[in-house]
Amino acid sequence: MSLRELFAKASPARSGDELAGIAARTAEERVRAQMTLADLPLKSILADPVIPYESDEVTRLICDTHDAAAFAPIAHLTVGGFRDWLLSDDATTESLAALAPGITPEMAAAVSKLMRVQDLIAVGAKCRVVTRFRSTIGLPGRMSTRLQPNHPTDDLQGIAASILDGLSLGSGDAVIGVNPASDNVASTESLLRLLDAIRERYAIPTQTCVLAHVTTTMEALRRGAPVDLVFQSIAGTEAANSAFGVTLAMLDEAHLAALELGRGENVMYFETGQGSALSANAHHGVDQQTCEARAYAVARRYRPLLVNTVVGFIGPEYLYNGKQIQRAGLEDHFCGKLLGLPMGCDICYTNHAEADQDDMDALLTLLAVAGCTYIMGVPGADDVMLHYQSTSFHDALYVRNVLGLRPAPEFEAWLERRPELSPAPWLLT
Amino acid sequence: MAIDLKRYTPARVALARTGHSVATAELLRFQLDHARARDAGYVELDAAAITLPHTLVRSAARDRATFLRRPDLGRTLSNESRAQLACGRYDAAIVIADGLSAPAIHHHALPLLEALLPRIADWALAPLTVALQARVALGDEIGEALGASMVVVLIGERPGLTSPDSLGIYLTWNPRRGRTDAERNCISNVRTEGVSYDLAAHKLHSLMEASRMRRLSGVALKEDAPLLLP
Repeated sequence: MSLRELFAKASPARSGDELAGIAARTAEERVRAQMTLADLPLKSILADPVIPYESDEVTRLICDTHDAAAFAPIAHLTVGGFRDWLLSDDATTESLAALAPGITPEMAAAVSKLMRVQDLIAVGAKCRVVTRFRSTIGLPGRMSTRLQPNHPTDDLQGIAASILDGLSLGSGDAVIGVNPASDNVASTESLLRLLDAIRERYAIPTQTCVLAHVTTTMEALRRGAPVDLVFQSIAGTEAANSAFGVTLAMLDEAHLAALELGRGENVMYFETGQGSALSANAHHGVDQQTCEARAYAVARRYRPLLVNTVVGFIGPEYLYNGKQIQRAGLEDHFCGKLLGLPMGCDICYTNHAEADQDDMDALLTLLAVAGCTYIMGVPGADDVMLHYQSTSFHDALYVRNVLGLRPAPEFEAWLERRPELSPAPWLLT
Repeated sequence: MAIDLKRYTPARVALARTGHSVATAELLRFQLDHARARDAGYVELDAAAITLPHTLVRSAARDRATFLRRPDLGRTLSNESRAQLACGRYDAAIVIADGLSAPAIHHHALPLLEALLPRIADWALAPLTVALQARVALGDEIGEALGASMVVVLIGERPGLTSPDSLGIYLTWNPRRGRTDAERNCISNVRTEGVSYDLAAHKLHSLMEASRMRRLSGVALKEDAPLLLP
């Protein structure tokens, strides 16, 4: 059996791997595969890429940037031994941070397949990744939110109304980020100017982003629009990225252009999600969770300010129900953090999935305990443009309150100054 | 906040609160909308409600659970249904498909056809097909089997929280199994609060004429087709 087949059979059950025809056929076959995987040396994962080096630039990125010195402390371990080590007292916040460049996405994916939910939480909570723009994201005891004020027709007043609502409920310290309904330069530019004007008007210590295609943002940047973060959806194979209309060379170029604005090291924002490679028929027979972890190798090349999985957005043919969405969200958070990313999660579902608000409440609570860097803040949890349900401003308040979590320190200080959020006439009338 | 934010957006802003949570009335309003969207996905299409003469076919997905997990089966005709379709020579075939919302079909399919059919009275139309447990791409196989130059699929869209009965229209020139979404044109959001029947019928007729003239559909048609004026 190839490594690729073993990984797929060892993966906890989910509809996407069944749709791809690569999942274990019985519960016993799955556990037998997990037992075989547990005995596999980490070195053999390094030596045998799941997608060939010659045919995939993400594989080349993973192999060419692997840090052998960082890997040395765990180089003798099997996948099962790696799980034991991660849960031991030897795996501290400091040792995990030092190890990150030595871990490949396939190693992270492999070990996650042997871990229960509590293991994913316990190790995730030990990892710490701190990034900075105007606010500092990922400090201990903090959990940030992306304020997501989408509108079905990109109406500027409508977006401003949602932003004011979110700010008044303490949302937006990770980023104020709009998904544009139409991905064109003119509309992106006017949205960027609106977001920047609001941030300036209320002197908010946060950053803004229009989640347009990277090429659209680059053109807006050339026209002088106020770009804080450059966004792109990414995936874990070259072919899936190609379906998103991006290559590593394009991302390199965008990253360089954003860095040239001279506003720090963390200037990129990425979104990912299990199933994207399969839906583009670009998975090469690799299970969707391993494909997802490979997307994190793409992300970490650019030292992003923010990365989040949009875990339940893709639909029930990839993650069927609340149980599968919950497990996937925790896997993605764990793998991202282990690889050194500032990992957040869009805790979400669609109306044709077997999931509801109770499932989201459970995943929100689990992820917050796991130290998730940030979540979404959507008015009333209902995204009226993308037609799915995420977490609300109130959901963030709930989880901060019960777990004693606070927003980013700069944003917290701004909130404590009790900013006057009365809308200016130019904004809403 | 003195200003009423709800005036500016359909988003759920300025919700009544208790502590950190939303107040009971808001909670239940959300739960009702979600329940309606959930139910919409499981309502069975009532083919008898389609009062126009039609051929009823099924995809290879035998039930809703299979349909949701196996989009590939929803794009394939069942063996019995394939045998029902006789090949002819037609300008277009129209397929009514349940997709992810049968209520969208119950509410909007007939009024839309009433607006469309007078506009294409001179077209040679294949017998109307109604398809169950059907994805958009099932229309490719149906159109090919019927010998139609193009297929128009009216289908229930993924139910939104406040739009559980939204209908989508997909046009594909020269339907063949394996067509990609880039080769289709789409008019979405046909519902009471969205795109009207008359506007949808007008747009669809324009697309059908342009597709027939240029013998293609998809991205190329969308970008530079000389569409009819309203």
